[in-house]
Amino acid sequence: MQDRTELIRQDFPILQRTVASGAPLVYLDNAASSQKPVAVIQAMDDYYRRYNANVHRGVHTLSEEATAAFEGAREKVARFIHAPHSRQVIFTRGTTESINLVAHTWGRANLRPGDEVLITEMEHHANIVPWQILRDQLGFTLRYVPVTDQGLLDLDTLDELLTERTKLFCFVHASNVVGTINPVDELVARARAVGARVLIDGAQSVPHMAVDVQALDADFFAFSSHKLCGPTGIGVLYGKRDLLEAMPPFMGGGDMIREVTMAGSKWNSLPYKFEAGTPAIAEGIGLGAAVDYLQSVGMDWVRAHEQEITRYAYDRMSEVEGLRILGPGPEQRGGLIAFTLEGVHPHDIAALLDRSGVAVRAGHHCAAPLHARYGIPASARASFYLYNTTAEVDVLVEALHKTQEVFAL
Amino acid sequence: MSDDLYREAILDHYKHPRQKGHLAAPDIQFHDHNPFCGDEITIELKVENGIVVDAAFDGHGCAISQATASMLMEEILGKPLEELKALDKEYILEMLGIQIGPVRLKCALLPLKVLKAGVWGLEEWPE
Repeated sequence: MQDRTELIRQDFPILQRTVASGAPLVYLDNAASSQKPVAVIQAMDDYYRRYNANVHRGVHTLSEEATAAFEGAREKVARFIHAPHSRQVIFTRGTTESINLVAHTWGRANLRPGDEVLITEMEHHANIVPWQILRDQLGFTLRYVPVTDQGLLDLDTLDELLTERTKLFCFVHASNVVGTINPVDELVARARAVGARVLIDGAQSVPHMAVDVQALDADFFAFSSHKLCGPTGIGVLYGKRDLLEAMPPFMGGGDMIREVTMAGSKWNSLPYKFEAGTPAIAEGIGLGAAVDYLQSVGMDWVRAHEQEITRYAYDRMSEVEGLRILGPGPEQRGGLIAFTLEGVHPHDIAALLDRSGVAVRAGHHCAAPLHARYGIPASARASFYLYNTTAEVDVLVEALHKTQEVFAL
Repeated sequence: MSDDLYREAILDHYKHPRQKGHLAAPDIQFHDHNPFCGDEITIELKVENGIVVDAAFDGHGCAISQATASMLMEEILGKPLEELKALDKEYILEMLGIQIGPVRLKCALLPLKVLKAGVWGLEEWPE
């Protein structure tokens, strides 16, 4: 497995660099954003060098080529997540915009006072704040599934929380803090039993495991490109076709219309109804290349590799005195570990780890309610990807010991 | 200036904060936090004839924000309020004796932001 990882590492030129201290980079901030393989960088470079043009309108050679590449990327993404049709793959700016799109369109058309939207305590702010804003405007009720001390959703509360008043159940597939991979099958079945629609935040799952949106039976599924080896500025909203067809448009402008007169307009077909304005063309092409790259490696291999690294890291980090890991054991989690270290603030942990070349995230990871639930203002987080090694985990653990020495003064 | 963010004086102030806690009847009190990292600082001052006669801070956060608050409390004791209004970024950096990058600068400047808001009598920071 490590031999394969060595080959994979050669695809990511950035992994060869050192940080300010001179130490070699150990990049463990993949849950925030992943690094990009040469194939992705080249695909975007190629578009700008050889066939840069706007899509969907020009009839000249460059526009034809750009449209073919951009729409080809949509097909690749559709196959990657097993969407029935690429029309159901809507390009957005990222997970955040995907969720906001659903709130602004489906939410406005379907939610009214007396209705309930159910989310969970372990959501990223991107799956909390849009619903709070909409609640304040429309007057529905927003409820939260609590999280247990072990970092699991408290499923015992669903009997009380999921009722015929629940119109939408939004939850994260894999947590960006406690790492928990939620039992989607059970959650969707419970939602179906009361007739609620389901929105799944897949920002931390699609990059790390094989995802089949049809098998999951998601009504809406959102994720970002930049966490799965692709560029920033583009992401995906998948939706069931009948829902997308019935939804009003998101933003108005070019590309999203079929017909415009002074009196009014008619909307374009899917997915363009939701894609006003010139899209992120290079980014879409880059995302297509990222999906190709991950499929050439194999998502099952990626998952197995991360499980091995995470299990190793969980054991080694558990040996560090005063280190507390948030969330469940390695079996129930994705490839990340958030933690606190007694007597050292997470920002200081991250700053001191950086001296050893180790890049981790510190803060509340855009999940302030979850940190409040655990009574801590912030945590540090090491998150792994296909190019990380157990040797890098050793560097992390060694750097954690050094951090403790500095603060033991 | 040292390039060691965690020089001994800073760690000492972090582990053994001076003037930490609350005053019985403060004349000035102000609280603020940094939404990006969650650092929180409350500063309280006792003022007589325009002079700071007692000062305390409370809060939580990284070593830089908390040590800066601790050092600042010691520095301002006995100083006239008018003088505090003129304190700036350079003053804080000189007090800390370290070089700070743009990301951590907000940690170091939070106590000064809270202090000056209190001294100027703001109800809250303008949006």
